[in-house]
Amino acid sequence: MPEQYKLILKHIDQPGYTPDIECYLRHGGYEALRQALATPPRDLPDGKQLSPQEVVREDVKASGLRGRGGAGFSAGLKWSFVDRRSGKPIYLICNADESEPGTFKDRQIIHKDPHQLIEGMVISCWANDVKLAYIYIRGEMPQGARLLNQALAEARAKGFLGKNILGSGRDVEIYVHRGAGAYICGEETGLIESLEGKRAYPRIKPPYFPAILGLYMCPTIVNNVETLCHVKHIVTMGAGEYAKLGTPNNTGTRIVSLSGDVKRPGYYEIQVGRVTLGELIYHENFGQGLKAGRSLKAIIPGGSSSKVLKAGEVFKLNRKAADGQMTKVDVPLLDLPYDFDSLQGAGTMSGSSAIIVMDDSRSMVDCLANLSEFYAHESCGQCTPCREGALWLAKGLHRLSHGEGRKADADYLQHIAQNIQGRTICAFGEAASWPVLSFVKKFREEFEARGAADEAARSKGAGPARDLKIAASPNQH
Amino acid sequence: MALSIPASLESQLDELVTHYPQKRSASLMFLHALQEHFGYVSNDAVEWTAAKLGLQPINVYELVTFYPMFRQEPLGKTHVKVCRTLSCALAGSSEIRDHFCKKLGLNSHAHTPQTTPDGKFTVEFVECLADCGSAPVVMVGESVLSKASIADADRVLAAGR
Amino acid sequence: MSNPATTTPAPAPAVPPPVEKIRIKVDGREIDVPKMMPNWQGKLEPTTMLQACHMAGQEVPHYCYHPKLPVAGNCRMCLVEFGTPMIGPDRKPVLNEDGSPKIARSVLPYEPQTPRGAIACATPISPGMELYPNSPATKQMREAVLESLLINHPLDCPICDQAGECKLQEYSVQHGQSASRFVEEKVHKPKAVDLGPRIVLDDERCVLCTRCIRFTKDIAGDDALGIINRGSYNTISAFPGRAFDNNYTLNTVDLCPVGALTSKDFRFKMRVWFLKETKSLCTSCGTGCNITIGSREGVIHRYEPRENNAVNGPWMCDAGRLNYKWVGRKDRLTEVQSRGQRTTWATAIKEISERLASATPGSTAIIASARQTTEELYLLKRLATRLGAVTDSVPRAGNADRLLVCDDRNPNSQGARLTGITFTELGIQLAWIADGIRNGSIRHLVVFGEDVTQQGIGADLLGKLETLIASDILPNATTARAAFVLPGCAAAEKRGTFINVKGRVQRFEKAAEAPGDARPEWEVLHELVEKVTGSTGFTTIEGLFNQMAKDVPALAGLEWGKLGDTGVTVAI
Repeated sequence: MPEQYKLILKHIDQPGYTPDIECYLRHGGYEALRQALATPPRDLPDGKQLSPQEVVREDVKASGLRGRGGAGFSAGLKWSFVDRRSGKPIYLICNADESEPGTFKDRQIIHKDPHQLIEGMVISCWANDVKLAYIYIRGEMPQGARLLNQALAEARAKGFLGKNILGSGRDVEIYVHRGAGAYICGEETGLIESLEGKRAYPRIKPPYFPAILGLYMCPTIVNNVETLCHVKHIVTMGAGEYAKLGTPNNTGTRIVSLSGDVKRPGYYEIQVGRVTLGELIYHENFGQGLKAGRSLKAIIPGGSSSKVLKAGEVFKLNRKAADGQMTKVDVPLLDLPYDFDSLQGAGTMSGSSAIIVMDDSRSMVDCLANLSEFYAHESCGQCTPCREGALWLAKGLHRLSHGEGRKADADYLQHIAQNIQGRTICAFGEAASWPVLSFVKKFREEFEARGAADEAARSKGAGPARDLKIAASPNQH
Repeated sequence: MALSIPASLESQLDELVTHYPQKRSASLMFLHALQEHFGYVSNDAVEWTAAKLGLQPINVYELVTFYPMFRQEPLGKTHVKVCRTLSCALAGSSEIRDHFCKKLGLNSHAHTPQTTPDGKFTVEFVECLADCGSAPVVMVGESVLSKASIADADRVLAAGR
Repeated sequence: MSNPATTTPAPAPAVPPPVEKIRIKVDGREIDVPKMMPNWQGKLEPTTMLQACHMAGQEVPHYCYHPKLPVAGNCRMCLVEFGTPMIGPDRKPVLNEDGSPKIARSVLPYEPQTPRGAIACATPISPGMELYPNSPATKQMREAVLESLLINHPLDCPICDQAGECKLQEYSVQHGQSASRFVEEKVHKPKAVDLGPRIVLDDERCVLCTRCIRFTKDIAGDDALGIINRGSYNTISAFPGRAFDNNYTLNTVDLCPVGALTSKDFRFKMRVWFLKETKSLCTSCGTGCNITIGSREGVIHRYEPRENNAVNGPWMCDAGRLNYKWVGRKDRLTEVQSRGQRTTWATAIKEISERLASATPGSTAIIASARQTTEELYLLKRLATRLGAVTDSVPRAGNADRLLVCDDRNPNSQGARLTGITFTELGIQLAWIADGIRNGSIRHLVVFGEDVTQQGIGADLLGKLETLIASDILPNATTARAAFVLPGCAAAEKRGTFINVKGRVQRFEKAAEAPGDARPEWEVLHELVEKVTGSTGFTTIEGLFNQMAKDVPALAGLEWGKLGDTGVTVAI
């Protein structure tokens, strides 16, 4: 039976579990930090020796932990890219700018178990020789910021943070930095610019790879809230045990945010790949299915930027057969294991592990118009294709969803989106264009029918088919 | 400059500067604090921040106009943010927003924050508030209303009048 | 910050250090390019795709990139498709059947059938790389960027000052497509924004390349401009109520690739394609910024900086740029006069030469101007030598800034020194000359281009002279008292050289005709010297310069023809 596996969420929502340090300590808090600080050096077969910090870094790599923010990149590899010879300070930033539509998992950790994050961060700082770290939290989470500040003060008072943590001779300081409502701050170089007190304009890469030229042009690690929490559990469990959770190359657990047209939206922690998309939506332990009388139409599987999946789709995925040979097998949509590789194999991504379900009452044109307005609003405007294209898409979709469509709009929208993806400074270009490309591709008949209907209405001399609900064009702020 | 900063606020800001190797980094935190104190970020506040952090006013003005949370005009006493993005839209957030606007005589077609003439309410359609499991989400001041209903909206309206 | 005024070219070492090269292919053609090239500050950095394409003769179109500004990478116009040698699992290059390295074309990782470009301005080349600046995919990317830039552009070329030198126009012809698909309402932004005392901004024409922002922050050191709002509503702006007003603002007009930033001085004045362009020099200080004079039918309409990396880079100051209006002043001296009566050059020169030739040796003083050309100063020095005359010129001091403006506000103080008109410090003989006039030992005074009444030689002293000869462009208290008034020329109206404070010998060409009788001073002086000294001379500026170079030790070896458009530095 598909079940939750609560590693990060172990105590969260338990009756009586509070975000203060005393409660955290009663539940074994900061033991992982003590354990990490006591890590002995490790002798390697080739006679070399890993320092305690190197041991933890190697373990994170060996655990197979992949970033929980969106890209799913190996956390250990990311750490290994850090330029440790520059002589410059190394910074760590916790990306708590949770803002990918559909995602609300980090919110739970921040508000309900802030010390788990802080412990993960202190271990990560220690392991990477970081003395100064920041938690960049969404501006719209003022209570979260207060809770984190409170928790940091408690940790400082107990010697888990600040000078000479737990007598280790190491200093680690963490400050909370509040964003102010810009989605682009989730992009790590945009976040760095924002933390430097600038507009959150993502940096060009090359040359500004954070691991080399990050915050204040120093080597910088940017990790998601959940990712940093996992570091604590890797230390506690050991890399090998941790890697047994989940599935190969998709190890550990992750928190799935489920929203949209399901009976029981919410956040559910699963072993990666051990629960299918269908189970997440329909099983009684998860979404409990769609509302009465409704059937599934579409799923956005990994935050609003991921490509939409259509009910009834079947994907060809690589599977290792019993004899070890890779074969292609047909996997229907609802049987897709919810993990990084399967969703990539299905032509989309698990992204921030946020699932938005749309039932048969929904117009795909209207849903896409809603998303495109988000991207038009959130484009930072730095580079041409996204600055001009994101609003162009939103205007076209607004028109189509408000009775002024054309049959040709399907091609029109695809043309605009194709000229954004892969041409921009950051991945926002993909984020803005993928929903359009996938919605139009998979629900083309719906887009064309809507445009054709509007054309027909116009040829009869009728005005716009519907009341214009929002302003004629999406606007700033 | 017509800006009067209480000593306690200034010392709080001075402490914030110590969090960063470079003063400029404190910009957003300054603007949050000044907005909390004054209700919005005036051009005087921009110039004050710039002078305090060794910046040019345009450096700070760029931020005020970029980050949607910063306001250049005073807001109503009750600030209602209704989430506009997909999960909340599927759960009926635009009906809630329309309800607020209708009851308050505000233009529900406008996309910018709308403030009532008596200064009691500001209603705003905002992008995803990262609480989609509780859609539709409404923020009233700093608190979050989960699974907000028209009845909730009426309670907010009654409390703010 | 770069400081072009202080970058003097290092003397070439006998054996240049070997330059490490990388072999790449550009559109299928092999080329070796240096591994490292100078960046905007002149520091060596890995060579970019854009620089490599340039060396291969392929210009990559761009808006935000500028060789003298930090790289921004925002316009995306320079996206170029490329490929890199494939590396096998054994970390060895994968080879084709013919043994050549197999190239992996860059593709979107999530859509391997779609090529991916890299911004040529910021992407370093690597060995074996192949660049495809003219491939169909590259062309499509450019076309798409152009289409995006034009959707919200007002397309008001018929009333735009930039028409004719607009990169949006130019690239649209070269790389664009005829029709736009855009059917939505355009974004509207502020028009005719008064950005500062010299600049007007049309935000709808702006392509947000940020060249102006980067220039004023990183070059001029005045972080005055920024982008306000967000996304498609992004708008270039100064802080409300603060004027964009430093001494370099007009460079942003040059830098602006479109018609967004316009000069109030030049706005709506003239279509650029009607302008005749003349290579000249700014005369406002000792830096000697290279300029291009834009004129039409003898009327000067604008000065623009002309790139010279040994002097001013591509920049000039606003004060110098706008310092041309006096040239067309109505009260210019236009008549040769002898004792208040109009006369001819021939008569005047004959009278003057006779007067000077018969003067008691040592009874003549010459006060020249360090605003005169080196050739003129040289001729005056020759005259002085023949007459045993004491000479000097007038210092003109101001405040230097950190970029181009020099504390010496004469364009040719070095010329005055090197020709011997003045001895070390300009003006140290002026008091001695005044005393000489006062005590009667100096009876004749020749003044060129200065009002000596401002230099301690007042009307009372001028009244004591037997002869006062004054040449100038505009009337002043000295010309008003002169027996002989010789109308002269602005630098824009003649040819010659100036030597800047660092010893750069630079020539300038004639852009416009002088009004009335006014003649280039060197021609007049040449005749005068010939008459007084009896030696025959030259009829051309080239010949005069070459003769001067033989006579003046500091200029030894120079020839007019070898100065080129950007000059030669001599030891000072």
